[in-house]
Amino acid sequence: MAGFLVRRLIAAALVVIVTSMFVFALFFLGPSNPAQPLCDLNGRCTPEKLALLTEQMGLNESVVKQYGVWAKGLVQDREISFGPVYHCDAPCLGISYSSRGEVTSELAEKFPATLSLAVGGATIYLVLGVFLGTMAARFRGTPTDRGLVTVSLLVSAIPYYVVALLAWIFLSQEWGIFPDTSYHPLTEGVGSWAYGLLLPWMVIGFAGSTAYARYSRGQMVETLGEDYIRTATAKGVKSRNVIFKHALRAAIVPVITLFGLDFAFLLAGTVFTEQIFDIDGIGRWGIRALRAPVDFPVVAATVLVGSCIIVVANLVVDVLYSFIDPRVRVS
Amino acid sequence: MSGFLTTEAPQPTSRAHEAPFLVVDSLSVRFPTHDGLVKAVSDLSYAVHRGETLGIVGESGSGKSVSSMAVLGLHDAKTTRLEGSIKVGGQEVIGADEDTLRRLRGREVAMVFQDPLTALHPFYSIGRQIIEAYRIHHDVSKSEARKRAIEMLDRVGIPQARSRVDDFPHQFSGGMRQRAMIAMSLVNDPKLLIADEPTTALDVTVQAQILDLLQDLQREFNSAIIIITHDLGVIAEMADEVLVMYAGRAVEKGRTKELLTHPEMPYTWGLLSSVPDVAADTSEKLIPIPGNPPSLLNPPSGCPFHPRCQHKDKVPGDLCYTTLPALEPGRRGPNHLKRCHISNPDAVYEVDVLPEMGEDSAGHAIREGMAVPDMDGTTR
Repeated sequence: MAGFLVRRLIAAALVVIVTSMFVFALFFLGPSNPAQPLCDLNGRCTPEKLALLTEQMGLNESVVKQYGVWAKGLVQDREISFGPVYHCDAPCLGISYSSRGEVTSELAEKFPATLSLAVGGATIYLVLGVFLGTMAARFRGTPTDRGLVTVSLLVSAIPYYVVALLAWIFLSQEWGIFPDTSYHPLTEGVGSWAYGLLLPWMVIGFAGSTAYARYSRGQMVETLGEDYIRTATAKGVKSRNVIFKHALRAAIVPVITLFGLDFAFLLAGTVFTEQIFDIDGIGRWGIRALRAPVDFPVVAATVLVGSCIIVVANLVVDVLYSFIDPRVRVS
Repeated sequence: MSGFLTTEAPQPTSRAHEAPFLVVDSLSVRFPTHDGLVKAVSDLSYAVHRGETLGIVGESGSGKSVSSMAVLGLHDAKTTRLEGSIKVGGQEVIGADEDTLRRLRGREVAMVFQDPLTALHPFYSIGRQIIEAYRIHHDVSKSEARKRAIEMLDRVGIPQARSRVDDFPHQFSGGMRQRAMIAMSLVNDPKLLIADEPTTALDVTVQAQILDLLQDLQREFNSAIIIITHDLGVIAEMADEVLVMYAGRAVEKGRTKELLTHPEMPYTWGLLSSVPDVAADTSEKLIPIPGNPPSLLNPPSGCPFHPRCQHKDKVPGDLCYTTLPALEPGRRGPNHLKRCHISNPDAVYEVDVLPEMGEDSAGHAIREGMAVPDMDGTTR
């Protein structure tokens, strides 16, 4: 098990390094000059001004050296110059063009909001979706089943942003059931934290649960046809335990895989939700950075962080897998 | 239909005095589908005493598994129509509520399934599955149940049961899995064990071990066994009584030796002729039964076997096409029942069937009592 973990960790680290190279290449070696937005910032951008900025930012150096400087910043403090010189503490992902703050500390500030949002929403859609799917499978072919499947299809046919907007307009603004939807740090109290996030959680959970309901229904229907389920019934296991222990234990495995990746995407930024419900998280931060003039370091950071989260989530799913499925367990 | 249960002549064993543990009477199992009603089992009756073994033989889809699953009420009540009566130790199963069924399942009647790899939960250790089976019916602590599980694994011949109890099914070989499955079935000392093709998925060598194990355990626990198979060798080895099923109906029934030596129904003849013989000349041909099993959606009129029967010309008129023969005793005494219009099956068998099968075919070997149980129920 330890060897397996070490191997997986090394592989994950390699993936992260390669990803960082891609991200770097994408944003700093792309067709647009990273100095361009900065040059546009104050007054007219003359060719001389652009050349000076390019020089100051070290963009004339070789690609490898630039990546080296950038990567070194992840472990060591570094000076960044756009004209004025900024000190950037390690791990350094650069200085935001617009706020002139360190990207890393802004990230650390925004991340808890996104994390809170993702954990709550994902928990709701996983639990609700798997429960509904299991019930539908249990009552397969009955009106209960057909009703659940139909409603889930209808709901999933509505675009997510429409659901979120409608929820915000009616539940928050018109009827005032959730007047304050925003992020309050946990340190300010669990009550205000949970209350502010309740509506966005429910929106994410409700919208996401439909896919999980249908997916786990399928898995469950398949599992319920397995021989070992018949064995369990033949042993005298209560039908509730046959469904929620024996069958769910097996049916949940592929659902977990899907969940790991979905959760990673949520963590990487829930753009619509954060935008609509006024939550200052990664998604909104990234969107704002894309507005002209493009805040290159912030965009690069969100992409890098997002891909790291997905790599980590894959790793976690793999490790989890070996706990859930003894056949995967490596001796 | 239930008549033959009561008209049965005194059994050659002392068990005849007891009431049979399982009585299936006029059972029919039907599945309504979009295409119509599937008549999986029709008008099936049999009885099994404790300490006895009933073998049920037939092709896939002949209703042998379906009928035995009904004994445990394993069919989904919503999609299955059950009629008739199944009495387990006097308790009616058909129409019984879930709680009643659960008390029977695993405790009074246990099942061993065909493929132990798919029949064991892949995510639970062997021990955990046996412990669960025991604790459902016994109010004991986990450690006590674990002790019992180890004891059972040891009993069925799993080496180092104490350490292997925590293994998962995939860490066991096929034969060991089936042993574990048997250990799990027997953990509650059931009075009836239904083994649904217990050796079909196993090596032949392992198959013999498993059959021996079942017989040993039967002697030890005096349980009744129903063994479902399509292998007449297994029947000859294990069964005291044989029930041959075709198209959801019993077509022949009798004591094993009697039925294998004097089969009276062309389908049984076909089964015997299609058994390969390892010692036979390779040029000797097996004689398969022509055609396919009939659709249970639209069973053939009259005798369900008539489309495949090579002996229907021996029946006067179009009786085979129009009239379903009754399951009744022929000339071989009241214990040997058959569902066939042929009036002199013995003669037809001797003259037409036996010579074709060849002198040393496997059917012959079985008939000559390779391992036919003696009348007292023990082997050889």
